[in-house]
Amino acid sequence: MRRSERESLESRSKITRRGLMLGAGQAAIVAVLGLRMRKMQLEQSEQYRMLAEGNSVKIRLIPPARGLIYDRNGVLIAGNEQNYRVTITREDAADVEQLLADLRRLIPLSDEDAADVLAEIRKQPPHAPVLVEDRLSWEEFSRIAVNTPALPGVSPEVGLSRVYPRSFDFAHVVGYVGPVSDYDLSQIENPDPLLRIPKFQLGKLGIEAKMEEVLRGHAGQRRVEVNSAGREMRELDRREGEPGATLQLTLDYRLQNFAHQRLGEESAAAVVMDVTNGDIMAIVSTPSFDPNLFVRGISSADYRSLMQDDHRPMADKSVQGLYPPGSTFKVVTALAALEAGVIGPEETVYCPGHIEMGGRRFHCWKRSGHGRVNVVQSLERSCDVFYYEVAQKVGIDKIAEMAKRLGVGVRHDLPMSAVAEGIAPTKAWKQERYGKEWRIGDTINSSIGQGYVLASPLQLAVMTARVATGRAVAPRLIRSRDGIEEPLAEAAPLGLEEDWLDHIRRGMISVVNGTNGTARGARIVEAGWKMAGKTGTSQVRSAVVDNKSVPWEQRDHALFVCYAPVEAPKYAVALIVEHGGGGSSAAAPIARDILLYALADGLPPLAAYPAEQRGKIKAQQEALDLVDPETVTTTGRSRA
Amino acid sequence: MSYLESNLKTVPTGLRKIFYLNWPLVILLSAVAGFGFLMLYSVAGGDPTTWAEPQMKRFAAGMIAMVIVGFTPIWFWRNISAIAYLIALLLLIAVEFFGDIGMGAQRWLVLGPLRLQPSELMKIALVMFLAAYYDWLDPKRVSRPLWVLIPVAIILVPTFLVLTQPDLGTAVMLVLGGAIVMFAAGVSFWYFGTVAALVVALVFTVMESRGTDWQLLHEYQFKRIDTFLDPSADPLGAGYNITQAQIALGSGGWSGRGYMQGTQSRLNFLPEKHTDFIFTTLAEEFGFVGAFSLLMLYAGIIAFSIHSALINRDRYSSLLTIGIAGTFFLFFAINMAMVMGLMPVVGVPLPLVSYGGTAMMILLAAFGLVQSANIHRPR
Repeated sequence: MRRSERESLESRSKITRRGLMLGAGQAAIVAVLGLRMRKMQLEQSEQYRMLAEGNSVKIRLIPPARGLIYDRNGVLIAGNEQNYRVTITREDAADVEQLLADLRRLIPLSDEDAADVLAEIRKQPPHAPVLVEDRLSWEEFSRIAVNTPALPGVSPEVGLSRVYPRSFDFAHVVGYVGPVSDYDLSQIENPDPLLRIPKFQLGKLGIEAKMEEVLRGHAGQRRVEVNSAGREMRELDRREGEPGATLQLTLDYRLQNFAHQRLGEESAAAVVMDVTNGDIMAIVSTPSFDPNLFVRGISSADYRSLMQDDHRPMADKSVQGLYPPGSTFKVVTALAALEAGVIGPEETVYCPGHIEMGGRRFHCWKRSGHGRVNVVQSLERSCDVFYYEVAQKVGIDKIAEMAKRLGVGVRHDLPMSAVAEGIAPTKAWKQERYGKEWRIGDTINSSIGQGYVLASPLQLAVMTARVATGRAVAPRLIRSRDGIEEPLAEAAPLGLEEDWLDHIRRGMISVVNGTNGTARGARIVEAGWKMAGKTGTSQVRSAVVDNKSVPWEQRDHALFVCYAPVEAPKYAVALIVEHGGGGSSAAAPIARDILLYALADGLPPLAAYPAEQRGKIKAQQEALDLVDPETVTTTGRSRA
Repeated sequence: MSYLESNLKTVPTGLRKIFYLNWPLVILLSAVAGFGFLMLYSVAGGDPTTWAEPQMKRFAAGMIAMVIVGFTPIWFWRNISAIAYLIALLLLIAVEFFGDIGMGAQRWLVLGPLRLQPSELMKIALVMFLAAYYDWLDPKRVSRPLWVLIPVAIILVPTFLVLTQPDLGTAVMLVLGGAIVMFAAGVSFWYFGTVAALVVALVFTVMESRGTDWQLLHEYQFKRIDTFLDPSADPLGAGYNITQAQIALGSGGWSGRGYMQGTQSRLNFLPEKHTDFIFTTLAEEFGFVGAFSLLMLYAGIIAFSIHSALINRDRYSSLLTIGIAGTFFLFFAINMAMVMGLMPVVGVPLPLVSYGGTAMMILLAAFGLVQSANIHRPR
C-alpha cells in the first residue's frame, strides 16, 4: 500500500510541528539548568566557597560505648570508665619532634615511649591521630587542654575504657578487651572503620571476644568544620551511634565469688548449673588473673609470672581443661549397660578385687573386692570390677554414644573461649587418631573414666544435670540482651527409662548418704537439701602410691559431681581439684559448700552440716575473704 | 512501504557517504568526550591509566561503531528494529536470572570478556522499535486508543523489568524516551495530559505507601526522595552526596579553581566522583564558564539532531532521530538536574563524560543511527 503524497505531507508537517515543540521544551529545560548554574556558581558562589574552602567539612567517628555486662541480679561485671588521653595528628602539626618535646614538658613520658610514638606517627597516614599517652590524671589532662592553642596537632580526648570491678572472679568467663592489633584486623573481613581508631578496644577473650559484635555497638558520626590547619572550628551536626547491647549473664556474682574463694589457692575448676533451665550460675577456674591488667597493657614482668605459674592461671580449666573423669564416668557406663540390657537394675556382679583380661590384671580400687554388687551398690562404693564386667558386654561404642547423649565428648555452645570438645572414644576414633585397633583393655579403662576418656568440668556438670532431670538440659550463659530475655526452650527428654535413671540416682544418693558411700563425709543433713553425687579420682601416673608421698604435679586429680535437692533437683555442681588427691576428700567437701551456697542463696547455715563438722566449717567460713556486692562501686574510676 | 524506496537513486554510496556525515554532530560529540577525558584524568589525581585511557579507547571504538552504523542504510535498521527490541528484551530477562549484582542492583550481564548492561541497549532499541511502529502505522490512526495502547505496552514491559533490578533512573528514562517518540509521532495531547495527571496521582500513592505492607519502592529510594525534599535531614547518610556535590559545584564560581585544583573532589568528599557526580568536579574546576560551555555543547548536539530530523522526509528517520536526541537529552538533563539539587538522585550518568564503557559505546552507536538517517535521507 502506498500512501498518497498529500497524506505524507500532512504527517510530515505534523512531525515538524511536534519536533519543534519538543525542541522548544528541551531548550526551556536547558535554560532552567543554565539559570541554576548561574545561581549556584555566580550568585551563591561565595557561600559555597566558604563551606568548601575556609572551613572544610570533615567526618569524625564517635566511638560507641561498649555494652555493659551484668550478673543475673544486675551487679556490674564489666563497665566503662572515663579515660583521659592525648593524641597527635601529623598533618595538623608543624614539627612533630618539637611538638612532642613540648608535650613532654607537660606530662612525663619516658624516652622509649617517646621514640615509640614518633615511630608510630611516621608509620601512620598523616591524618590518623596517634595515641601518645592514655590514662592521664585529671591534672595532666587539664594542663594539656589549657595549652592546646600552643600545641597544634595535639588533641586531648576523653574516651571510655573497659573496667572490670570484679577483677579476678570473672576473668576466664568474661575475658577482657585489648587494643586492636594488626593481626586482629587481618583476621576480619571488611573491618568496621571503628577498629582503626587508635587503641580501640576489642574483645580478646571469653564473652568479650565471642560477643564482640553485640557488645561493640555502632559508631556515630560528627560532621565538623575544620580550618585550613585542620583544627576543628565547630560541629555542624552529629548522628549519635548506637551503644553496644547490655548483656545480662546467668552467673550469680556472689556464688561466683564464693566458689572462687572456696577453691582458694588450688588449681581447680567448678561449674554450677541450674538443672531446671541450664543456666550456668557460676563457672570458676583458679587461680585467676586480673583482666584489668590486660586492658591497660600488661607489663612483661606480670605476663611472665602468669605464664610461668605451674597452676596455669591463664587457662580456663572449667571449659578448656580436659581431664579423665575417673569414677564420675561410671554414671555413663551404668546407663549404657542398663539401656543395652546387659544387666538388670537389680542384677549383681561378683567383685573379687580384680579381673584378668588378655593376660593383664585389672584391679578394683579395693584389693579385697566388694563381693556381689548391683548398680546402686556399685555406684555407692565405686566398685571398678562391676564396670569392667558390664562394659565388656556393652561395648565401647554404646558407652561413647551414651556419653555424648549426657553431654560428655560434645562441644557445648557457650560464648567462651576455647570450649573443648573432650573425648568419648570409639573404635573408629582410635583407628583414625592412632591407627591402632581398639582393644578390650581400652574398654575396661574407659568404663571407669580412665584411658582415652577426657571431659571438661562443664561437661560433667551437664552430665549431672541430665541425670538429675532426665532431660537434655543445655548450658547457657546469656540471660538477656538489652533487657530482652534470650529464648529458653524446654529441654527435650533424653529418652532413658525413668526406672534406670532412678537406680542411678539412688546410687548417687548412697554415695553421699549411704553407710558405705565414698563421699559420706560430705553429706548434707538439712532435710530439704539432701545431696546426691559421685566421686572420682583420676590417675595422673600408673603406679599406685600414696598421694601424700609424691610431688604435687604427680598426685591424682580429685573430682566430684553432685546435685541437690534429691527430691526436686535444682542445682548441679561439677568440681575438679587438679592433683588434689582423692575425690571424696579433696573435691566433695568444696562442691558441697558451693552447692549449699547456691541452695541457701548465701553463706550456708551450719545446721546443714553434720554436727561433728560444724566447728571446722564455721572456722573455714570465717576465713573466706568474700566481697559484698554493695561495697564495690559500680561507677567508673579514674586515675586521679 | 514508505516514501523511501522511490528516492534510492539520490542516496550516496560507498566512501562518498563520508561527505554526508553530519560533521557538526561528530565534532560536538568529540568535544564533549574531550571534556570527559580531561575530567577523568583530573579526578584520578593525574593518573591517566585509571579512567582516562580506558575511556579514550572506548570512545575510539565507539566512533568507529558510529561510522559503521552510519554507513549501513537506514532501511536496514528500520527492518531490524523489532528484532533489536526483542533481543534487548530477552537480555533484560536474562539479567534477571544471570545478572551480576553491582551497587545494590542487578544490572550487568557478563558475556565472556564483555560486561553488558541490557538496560542501556533497551533505551535505544525501544526508540528504534517505536519509530518503526509509527512508520508502519497509518498516521490517521495514531491517536486511536488501540493504536496508542500497543506502544504503551512496548514501553512498559521493559520498564517493569528494569524497575525490578531495581533501577529507577533507567525506568524513568525509558518511559520519557518512549513518550518523546509517541509525542513526535503525533499522538493526541489529551493522552499526555491524562498520563501526567495519573503520574501525579501515582506519586501521591507511592509516597503514601511508605511504611505499609505494600510499600512500592525500596527504602533506599524513599530515602533519596526524602533527601531531595530536604537534603539537610540526613547530611551524613543519603544526603551526603548531594550536599557535597552542591558545595563543590557552587564553590567553582565564575572561572573555577583551575584544572586539577578542585579541593572537594580531591579530598574524596564525593564517592561517585568519576561516574554520576563527575559534573561537580568539572563545575568546581572550570567554574560557570566550563559548566555552561558543556551545557551548550549538549544543547548543540540536540539542536543539530532535531534539525537533521526535521529536514528528513522519511518518517522512520525523523522519529528515530528525535527519539535518540530525546534520550540523549534525558541523560544530561537528569544528571545535571540531579547534581544541582533540582531532582532526586536516581543514578543517571553524564553522557560521554562519566566513566562507563557500555553506556558510551551504545550512545555513540545510537548517534550512528542518526548519521545513517542523515546520510540516507531522500534528497
